[in-house]
Amino acid sequence: MVDGKKLVVSASPHLRSSATTTRIMLDVIIALMPALAASIAIFGPRVLAVTATTVITAVLSEFLARKAMKRHNTIGDLSAVVTGVILAFNLPVDIPLWMAAVGSVVAIVVVKQFFGGIGQNFANPAIAARIILLISFAKAMGSWTAPLSWRTDAVSTATPLANITAGNMEALPSLTEMFIGLRGGCLGETCAAALILGGLYLFIRKVISPAIPLSFIGTVAVVMLIAGKGDFEYVAYQLMGGGLLLGAFFMATDYSTSPINTKGRIIFGIGCGLLTSLIRLFGSLPEGVSFAILIMNLLVPLIEMATTPKPFGTPKKEKTAKEGAQK
Amino acid sequence: MGKTGLDGVLKAVKKVRGGVKVAHHKNTAETEVVRLPVPQKVTIPMQQHIGAPCEPLVKVGDKVAVGQLIGDTDKFVSAPIHASVSGVVTAVGDVKLPNGVMSKAVTIESDGEMRLWEGIEPPKVETREDFVKAVRASGLVGLGGAGFPTHIKLNFPPDKNIDTLVINAAECEPYITVDYRECIENSWDILSGVYTIKDMLGIKNVIIAAEDNKPEAFKVLKNIADHKDDIKDEVKLMVLESKYPQGAEKMMVQSATGRKVPPGKLPADVGCVVMNVASAAFIARYLKTGKPLVSRSLTVDGSAIANPKNVRVPVGTNIGDIIDFCGGFSAEPCKILTGGPMMGLAIVGTELPVLKQNNAILAFAKDDAVLKPEKDCIRCGRCASACPMSLMPTNIVRAAKARDVEALKKIGVNVCMECGSCAFACPAGKPLVQHMRLAKAILREEGNK
Repeated sequence: MVDGKKLVVSASPHLRSSATTTRIMLDVIIALMPALAASIAIFGPRVLAVTATTVITAVLSEFLARKAMKRHNTIGDLSAVVTGVILAFNLPVDIPLWMAAVGSVVAIVVVKQFFGGIGQNFANPAIAARIILLISFAKAMGSWTAPLSWRTDAVSTATPLANITAGNMEALPSLTEMFIGLRGGCLGETCAAALILGGLYLFIRKVISPAIPLSFIGTVAVVMLIAGKGDFEYVAYQLMGGGLLLGAFFMATDYSTSPINTKGRIIFGIGCGLLTSLIRLFGSLPEGVSFAILIMNLLVPLIEMATTPKPFGTPKKEKTAKEGAQK
Repeated sequence: MGKTGLDGVLKAVKKVRGGVKVAHHKNTAETEVVRLPVPQKVTIPMQQHIGAPCEPLVKVGDKVAVGQLIGDTDKFVSAPIHASVSGVVTAVGDVKLPNGVMSKAVTIESDGEMRLWEGIEPPKVETREDFVKAVRASGLVGLGGAGFPTHIKLNFPPDKNIDTLVINAAECEPYITVDYRECIENSWDILSGVYTIKDMLGIKNVIIAAEDNKPEAFKVLKNIADHKDDIKDEVKLMVLESKYPQGAEKMMVQSATGRKVPPGKLPADVGCVVMNVASAAFIARYLKTGKPLVSRSLTVDGSAIANPKNVRVPVGTNIGDIIDFCGGFSAEPCKILTGGPMMGLAIVGTELPVLKQNNAILAFAKDDAVLKPEKDCIRCGRCASACPMSLMPTNIVRAAKARDVEALKKIGVNVCMECGSCAFACPAGKPLVQHMRLAKAILREEGNK
């Protein structure tokens, strides 16, 4: 007979998948590595200094904030590292390091921990921090260094989207240069190839579903195709310009701040795409990905309410008879 | 499909939503069912089914024989209880069941003879009423694990228009292989059972469904579906994707017919009867011999079991005796289950009787028994995508914490069948099934007010 006191008695199920929060965050970090490597090649070793600053500050902020709030330590889940890397990717390479550090503190302490930590924040920490930096340090956040100029003398440049807004078409880099990231912009957003590679890795690992990235990018493509009167080259610049790929694959897909159901995710993605396009076409800013995602973050509870599925087998009401017929 | 001999096998009419890929661990699939040597003593609880408990019909000192009625009730939802060994009644009292509920029980000290009760004779079955009555008298409950009295399932009113009998051989729980062994070893009983039920209840179509990880079972079941008596080809075989919880009743109905059983309704409400494959085989044996449900097959497996086996044991056998028969423990057991690892029950010790509806005893060493630690929810949505019932477990957790009765009603937590897919998928290790039970308890409490 077995002594009952030694047996574990717990609720079913008695098996668990191998997925853990840490493993998911590690996958996101792995997916960000190609873009980091590309960025170092494009913008030089200072990329590492900026990224190290944001990551270390983010982890330290998380540790101290949790301690001050007398909550259990969560730096082991690696989510603060992810926030740090993504924030760095949203900064110009020559930003003063102390500003980058301020961004991390804002992201982790104000946006994430004040609202309860992982899974509880309603706005994406990196995006909210980027916007706060943008407003606080407009000049530093708007000075772009030309690609590869770190080898000789750093030269400043304008971003492709700013050139498009200004109608300065001859200053645009070629589409190949756009694809491999040889253009001005935030340090992690320029290399389309690396970002797509990272996104594919996340799809394959099933860390994110394609619903948000595809609907987001697809909506921008459609709107820009109409706005550009069918000019596919214009669409290509819009898709690879600014922070669209970084935002669509890595920021709009943030679990805490995006809907859970596929239907909700598609609505969210379309919303992000529409807002991005509107800001780019009609706003006073050349770029709108961050603001678009932030605004859609705020709408997530409403989207969730509207898209929660009915429990299995719930009879369709007569009102929705039309929908039923479609199915 | 040609290579595997599965030509003409149906595919699911409608694929089941959600679910999870669980490692199969069907280690005992090739292990023939062996009989447990007659135990010295059995303790037979009066509650081995969903519904009203039976009252003991014997007293201490009575001599009983195998198959003799020892417990019954006149309540509708119930199934009679029979002696599983021959011998002398030594106690009629209370025992604790594996789920912690107290039940009356009859303890029989075996004389080792396994003498059949002289009153046993094949039932005379000519009409549908006879048939349902016979199934009740057999003491049969759903052998797949739920333990719902079978005669109630079969006694549907004629206005239900039942057109499909689904024979469930999915066995989607990891480790368990007794239904598979039933297919391999007792295919003639299954054949006979399926055609008898079909004829007796006048159900037109039969679909026998199993998961695609059992090719050998399909070869056997195909002979049943292709049998020459099936002139109009109304008995068909269906292959299901190996995915948990494919074998759940509502999922089976959806796969077989494309119909969805509405919340709070039964398969009969959409024209289906679902029956476990071993239950169908048992009905055939009972009609032939009249020997009621007094024994059942169990898979005994898990990392702490020395010699994993499939064993046929008398109902009421002490779980410890069965583990001893399987070589005892090879490692210190840290968790022991009755049933499968996804929906099974963790028990507090081995001094417990085997019930009619138990289909496995699993014992795990420490490495397999301790689950990943609970962390904060990251809102990844894996629970919602895993839920076959389209529920949003995160919303239920929130509403239950706030004791928000209205929200819980709206969310429809009562359709949750506690399959455990959400908790399995959760990267944060949340005990989500526990939360679902809590939510249901809040609704029950509210209903009792």
